Amino acid sequence: MIDWIVILQAGVATGTVLLFATIGEILAERSGVLNLGIEGMMLIGAMTAYKTAVLLGQPWLGVALGMSAAGALSLLHALVAINLQADQVVSGLATNFVGIGLSLVLGEGLSKAGAISLLPSWTVPGLSAIPILGPILFTNHNVLVYVGYALTPAVWFYINRTRPGLHLRAVGEYPAAADALGINVYRLRYAYVFAGGTLAGLAGATISLAVAPGWFSELTTAGQGWIAIGLVIFAQWDPWRAMAGSYMFGALRRLILDLQGPQILLGLSNPFYFMPKLGFFLQMLPYALTIVILVIGSREALKKRLGAPAALGTPYVRGERGK
Amino acid sequence: MAVSDGVAKGPHFPYTVRVEPRLETSRWLAPLTSVGALIVALFIGGIVIQLGGGHPLKSYQHILKAAFGSVGVFNDTLVKATPLLLVGLACALAFRMRLWNIGAEGQFFMGAWGASAVVLMPLLSKETPQPIMLAGMLLAGFACGALWGLAPGYLKARFNVNEIVTTLMMNYIATSWTLYWVFGAWSEGGFQMSRMFPKNAWLPRLLDYARDVPAFRGLTLHLGILIGLLAALAVWFIVYRSKWGYEIRLIGDNPRAANYAGINIVRNTMLVMMLSGGLAGLAGMSEISGVVHRLQGAISPGYGFSGIIVAWLAKLNPLAVILVSILFGGLILAGREIQPSGVPRMLQGIILFCVIASDVLLRYRVRVVRRGE
Repeated sequence: MIDWIVILQAGVATGTVLLFATIGEILAERSGVLNLGIEGMMLIGAMTAYKTAVLLGQPWLGVALGMSAAGALSLLHALVAINLQADQVVSGLATNFVGIGLSLVLGEGLSKAGAISLLPSWTVPGLSAIPILGPILFTNHNVLVYVGYALTPAVWFYINRTRPGLHLRAVGEYPAAADALGINVYRLRYAYVFAGGTLAGLAGATISLAVAPGWFSELTTAGQGWIAIGLVIFAQWDPWRAMAGSYMFGALRRLILDLQGPQILLGLSNPFYFMPKLGFFLQMLPYALTIVILVIGSREALKKRLGAPAALGTPYVRGERGK
Repeated sequence: MAVSDGVAKGPHFPYTVRVEPRLETSRWLAPLTSVGALIVALFIGGIVIQLGGGHPLKSYQHILKAAFGSVGVFNDTLVKATPLLLVGLACALAFRMRLWNIGAEGQFFMGAWGASAVVLMPLLSKETPQPIMLAGMLLAGFACGALWGLAPGYLKARFNVNEIVTTLMMNYIATSWTLYWVFGAWSEGGFQMSRMFPKNAWLPRLLDYARDVPAFRGLTLHLGILIGLLAALAVWFIVYRSKWGYEIRLIGDNPRAANYAGINIVRNTMLVMMLSGGLAGLAGMSEISGVVHRLQGAISPGYGFSGIIVAWLAKLNPLAVILVSILFGGLILAGREIQPSGVPRMLQGIILFCVIASDVLLRYRVRVVRRGE
């Protein structure tokens, strides 16, 4: 039987990975820099965190180092995209290659590491007793899930209700005007690309130390960095919508696993159980769904005349007109 | 005066470095920066190999020998270069219009699947004469790849859906789709591969003519390279010599101007994505029919992604793609033996970084001028 509570609970845990990556990308894109290197940064983060935990037995140090490593990689993208004014798409792709390659090189042999100490899981006393919501949101979750609960409103508040958040939006919408007001466009863009990179690293560490512990080379992330980039568009650059989308994708991942388990499904014999090769179609679902939500997000943006930060993807050149 | 500026605090030095925009670029500058970027990338890669405990000089010597050292290995390099050439062309064409088709990997798989369907479904019977069989596979490979490119192209043109993400998602769907057939209907005895194609579905190889030309013995170079070279000429002609190519370049350089000039951007987006996907599909067909001779899960060491770098290193010039793909064919061939396996991947990323970083030299020039000039 399919237990929806279990699926939603797992969805929140798995979705936390996407949540960190998506919020990180939102911060970078809000400042006007497209970062397509998320997947590579997540891998670097996951590898570094896991390797630290294996070698030193310190998962928290692993999280910190994973975030730093991914942040360092994001600075490479920042240098090329912001200072050298290179095409941000190509620079992001290059970051990706370097990130994937580097994590494969440094993660060599790591997949055979035995059991290690992972991040702790908590059940919140009191809140976990709430019917339905308690088991889904507050029972036996790893610590980072709760970090996600705190991060989402914090980032929303920061972007929309604080002065630095206003500067962030200004730099992404109209950098020349921001510059005229004395805001350092280059420095802010560096800062937010770096923040996005560290959050991608945190997403990676969430996988390798909590949600799906271990190192499985490229399969560790399996395209989640790209899904995050799609989610940003679906989320209309808003943290709350990013949270909803992330948990939905997380739940879908768990549902796909659970659909292949039982012999009887909804009173019928389960085709996914008796014909395992149909599972390949189930595996397509997250990627197909990404395309679907992109179409929804894009249509909505057209209708409401909402959209990406106006300066997204264009390098800022001081003294050049029209940017 | 300099002191009153507060600039020169240290000892007075009569020259300063100034970076200023270039007003015009000479013809030889672009290829020169590409070569320079490549050299810098290999140098950086060498440092990384050194840090990883290897010997950079020995590694590069090994790559050179393993890729270009004899007729035999050069043959293997060209075999690896064939899919890269087609995929590189696919990327170069789409990128020229600033359409970010990074789904060449999926289109490659769909091309391979389409060509296999002709043989395995079977759409053409076993006794079909070789030329017709190959033409059928070619057509099916192109069509399937084109379809895989058209879908994101349509969404981009119609709803302005970001093609970077959709093409990438289509990659994952294509590999799952291929695996479904490889594990399912086309599986040979439960293994993760289809049965071997009959000989009439193989692209002719040089060694097939070894009886007449003894020098061809053991050379596995197949007709796919000719398809690739013809495609390079065709794409070059389209982009630089045809009216359609002019439209593509205009949209790429200035979409707003193109729109005012009455160029149909929606139609061009779909057409270019289709042709781009079709070229990547041809790469899949050529690999399946010329090298692997069966459909299986592992037919590409990331050709679709390397194609992006090939296209960029060639500055999107279809003829330059030929040279660069041979270079990368060698890198991939020799890279197979380099441990750990991530090194070639990382090297490709570093090369791409150096190439885009070097582009800055095309837009700006660095001059040493006298102070106060």
